[in-house]
Amino acid sequence: MGQKKILRVAVDRELCQGHNRCQKLAPDLFVLDDYGLAQAAGDGIVPAGMEEQARLAEANCPEFAVSLTEETKDD
Amino acid sequence: MSARPPVADWFTDFDHLSPQWIEDPFPIWDQIRAKCPIAHTERFHGVFLPTRYQDVRDIAYDPQRFSSRRVVVRESYPIAASAPPITSDPPDHRAARMVLLPAFTPKAVDRLEGRTRALCNELIDRMLEKHAAGEPVDGAVDYAQHIPVRIIAHMLGLPESAGDLFREWIHLVLVAGIDDSQSLVRGFTEMTGYFKKVIAERRAQPGDDLVSYLLDAEFDGHRFDDEHVLGTMRLLLIAGIDTTWSGLGASIWHLAGHDDDRRRLVAEPELIPTAIEEFLRAYSPVTMARVVREDTEFNGCPMKKDEAILLSFPAANRDPAMFPDADKVIIDRKENRHAAFGLGIHRCVGSNLARMEMTVAVQELLKRIPEFKLDESRPTTWSAGTVRGPRLLPLNIG
Repeated sequence: MGQKKILRVAVDRELCQGHNRCQKLAPDLFVLDDYGLAQAAGDGIVPAGMEEQARLAEANCPEFAVSLTEETKDD
Repeated sequence: MSARPPVADWFTDFDHLSPQWIEDPFPIWDQIRAKCPIAHTERFHGVFLPTRYQDVRDIAYDPQRFSSRRVVVRESYPIAASAPPITSDPPDHRAARMVLLPAFTPKAVDRLEGRTRALCNELIDRMLEKHAAGEPVDGAVDYAQHIPVRIIAHMLGLPESAGDLFREWIHLVLVAGIDDSQSLVRGFTEMTGYFKKVIAERRAQPGDDLVSYLLDAEFDGHRFDDEHVLGTMRLLLIAGIDTTWSGLGASIWHLAGHDDDRRRLVAEPELIPTAIEEFLRAYSPVTMARVVREDTEFNGCPMKKDEAILLSFPAANRDPAMFPDADKVIIDRKENRHAAFGLGIHRCVGSNLARMEMTVAVQELLKRIPEFKLDESRPTTWSAGTVRGPRLLPLNIG
């Protein structure tokens, strides 16, 4: 039985001020509301091939509102 | 600007209007950050200057202790003019800000991109005509300074030709007005008179513009009276114009002096948005002030009620504890958590607009005029005050 790594992005809505860096750098991983405040798209799981985009979104948020977590799941 | 007493030392007597600061503030901030990271001056009735990223961040995140009621440090304050939400504190701040945000989302700003691109090309046409006629060309006067002013006029539903008037008021309020009350009062009074007329017109006949939108807007049951809308128009004009033109001018100044960076962006235009973020970090144009609400202590510094703090996002963005090679301009810097648009509840509402304008303006300039250099036979000058950018930027093109 193997283990699968799941990468997930999240936005802390208390910290987000709408700089929109995450959505610019990873347009498929974040959505903006009518005020331009961000949240993770869907369940926040980062599809294969978008890991670098997710990492950049986290590393460029001026408010430290974007987090990236890795979960391990049994296959 | 009047002659100023020389600075005794940068730690206890700094002066952000001194010629040395205006010309090249970076070594001054580095020196302060290394030795005494929160400098103070008795000038301007007492001002603190934090230079470390973390201190700037902590103050920006603490509106309970540090008020935004005065965001510009001046010799005197003849007018108590509000410009919500930038001069608002919680709890009033929230509605004033939320109501503006939808007009400045990436989606809303995208709709202005076509006009911006066309405007840049009109300005470039004129620069090339001047060049062909043997006349000198200036990256600030002929290009950067026209872009934000006309786009804001467009958003407010005002003729783009009003731009010259707007620039005059901005000069009176933000440059001449720092140590000359008469200029401040004159700029302010003229601007207020003009905007009051616009508000009355839009009350009578609403249009598809930001003024009409604000007059009709509602957030959480709050509606906004004419005085509030007037304050917000003041903000959009003052905060949205020389800031962006300064950031754009500084970007062009960098590209004029660095052939390698400029040629790389000509060859790899997809890198331009990343480079713009680096220019925003390294040459952040905007410093905002805060007012100490009550006697307090911050990181070992006793602060007295009503003293000011210059919240130097530009100095924070040069802090080596936060940014590796903070003093180097690295146009493909990938991790860039810079604070050029502020941090916390007062994040610049126009940041998407500023980024779009800077990106489009650099794209079009490099497309049409890929080779340019500073013309060293003419002076390059930098603005005085809390918005920093080149005001004369003489270029040799072609």
